[in-house]
Amino acid sequence: MKKMLFALAASAAVLIAGGASAQDKTKACFIYVGPIGDFGWSYQHHQGALEMQKNLGGEEKVEIAYLESVPEGADAERALERFARSGCNIIFTTSFGYMDATNKVAAKFPDVKFEHATGYKRETPNVATYNSKFHEGRYVQGVIAAKMSKGGVAGYIASFPIPEVVMGINAFVLGAQSVNPDFKVKVVWANTWFDPGKEADAAKTLIDQGVDIITQHTDSTAPIQVAHERGIKAFGQASDMIKFGPETQLTSIIDNWGPYYTERVKAVMDGTWKQIDIWGGMHDGHVVMAPYTNMPDDVKAAAEETEAKIKNQTFNPFTGPIKKQDGSEWLKDGEVAEDGVLLGLNFYVAGVDDKLPQ
Amino acid sequence: MGTLELVLLTIATAATPLLLAAMGELVVERAGVLNLGVEGMMIMGAVSGFGAAYATGSPWLGLLAAIIVGALFSLLFAFLTLTLVTNQVATGLALTLLGLGLSGMIGERFVGLPGVKMRVLDIPVLSDLPLVGRLLFGQDPIFYISIFVVFGVSWFLFRTRAGLTLRAVGDSHKSAHALGIKVIAIRYAAVMFGGACAGMAGGYLSLVYVPQWVENMSAGRGWIALALVVFASWRPWRVLAGAYLFGGISIMQLHIQAVRLEDLAFLPRPVFWVAEVVKSIPAQFLSSLPYLATVVVLVLISRNRRLTMMNTPASLGQPFVPDR
Repeated sequence: MKKMLFALAASAAVLIAGGASAQDKTKACFIYVGPIGDFGWSYQHHQGALEMQKNLGGEEKVEIAYLESVPEGADAERALERFARSGCNIIFTTSFGYMDATNKVAAKFPDVKFEHATGYKRETPNVATYNSKFHEGRYVQGVIAAKMSKGGVAGYIASFPIPEVVMGINAFVLGAQSVNPDFKVKVVWANTWFDPGKEADAAKTLIDQGVDIITQHTDSTAPIQVAHERGIKAFGQASDMIKFGPETQLTSIIDNWGPYYTERVKAVMDGTWKQIDIWGGMHDGHVVMAPYTNMPDDVKAAAEETEAKIKNQTFNPFTGPIKKQDGSEWLKDGEVAEDGVLLGLNFYVAGVDDKLPQ
Repeated sequence: MGTLELVLLTIATAATPLLLAAMGELVVERAGVLNLGVEGMMIMGAVSGFGAAYATGSPWLGLLAAIIVGALFSLLFAFLTLTLVTNQVATGLALTLLGLGLSGMIGERFVGLPGVKMRVLDIPVLSDLPLVGRLLFGQDPIFYISIFVVFGVSWFLFRTRAGLTLRAVGDSHKSAHALGIKVIAIRYAAVMFGGACAGMAGGYLSLVYVPQWVENMSAGRGWIALALVVFASWRPWRVLAGAYLFGGISIMQLHIQAVRLEDLAFLPRPVFWVAEVVKSIPAQFLSSLPYLATVVVLVLISRNRRLTMMNTPASLGQPFVPDR
């Protein structure tokens, strides 16, 4: 029922968006999985869109249309098709679950460019995929968590068991274990990207079970607020959430999409757009760490050092020796994980205190 | 505080908004009106509660605003379905869509602002009692209101003349009308009570649960409340039990995920084995349990016709046009 309602709302919104004319302007369209007011994932994408518009000459040059809270799966297809018909030159679909819908609609509209975030399917030449190496930031968080935690256990609020999220958990654990080999992580799957109430419940659950640091891979600011209430430290997600926990946030991984969106929409304007598959990290400026706060200087120094190593590409978080959760060897000493393996990651490394839902 | 107490407190927090919204809807449906706009009224309550509390600094004024806005918003539904006799199902759905959209628009300026949290009760000695202290004497005021609403509604519906009249309107509006009962006026009052309760549930979300405003923060709780009314077969005390059951399931599934089996080794063997089995159930399945339970209850109550007839308001969802 709820899905149907959203689909109805979505198509209504597209009709309105489609009414505007798009003659000499380039029209860039965005599909968001949550509301742009989530202060997390969708908020950052929208900030990137606005930055792109500003960079490329403002409203006279680039028209932006967007749809919020579009459900993943089949409903997204209708929204996408409406967008494609309404004169969008390029459409960004900003969640993993839009993968099949994006490819299906792209096949029907060869003149429209499609860019799918965090996916891996590019079935027609007009589909590009883009993603950021957020796990680089999570490795840094792991280092901080291990240095800050007294009990040696951190709580991890996860959304869905997709490679992106599994990779984040693994990177966090590896970072923590580089400091404290016995460090443990408790994982709770909220099975949602955005439900402040449920995320708050998950945070309370983890704290009740004795963790003293919280990190999240869901999009609302609720966990950091709960952490603040209970007087423990936490990490923000997707945007700088320091406002919600001035004494709580240690740092946050900021998704910086502006430069990429600028580059890609400009390519459409210049007629140079080509299919690509990009996976940018700290090195490319796609992943930025919020200021390190609420920690002693030595922890801050360790975090900065780790960040610098990753940024200048002298260190990769997934460098062996790394064992899988079952104890078998994954990466030999000095071996670095291939991107392809990481993007399909479906197992935990040793030290994760959870059974991966399959 | 022990872990058990903390868990129970979290369950109470998860159950309270469901309980409030469902109690309101129960009265509405007992009067023979089906309002599917609970989610919309709830989210309107959440945004106005946050806004008023933020502007005045008082969570109590926020709560008051949530209740009033919820009731006013339901008045729109009442006018359309009762006076203009539009289809109740379609109008209810429209109310939900309108609420979600409108709250997003109104709330745009509130996004990212720090909220005002309603304080929990703190009675010397009593609140510090072991195990039950915080649970009974140390919660937020809305929790006590929600329990009071259950007592009040139960007493009103089954122990007062006015309650009997309301149920009569819900069971057969024609007979009630023939007896000279003002069907439309009673339904207006019932719908507005439902709106006030849903608004309060929304206020609970933005003033207690997570003191902030984000779009769509009700995240489907209004729909669970609707399911809950059916689950409880329109009986107030069963709504209370159901709300805590649904809240309990959603919290316990998080705890089950987070707990390590090794930490439960102290439990007696049979209990440990149960824990082991429960831990192997996928979390996705546990999340769907409230809906599954509603379907099971629907199947069960529909098997017994007498039971169904006894509790279901017979004119539920049917339009009433007085013949002159």
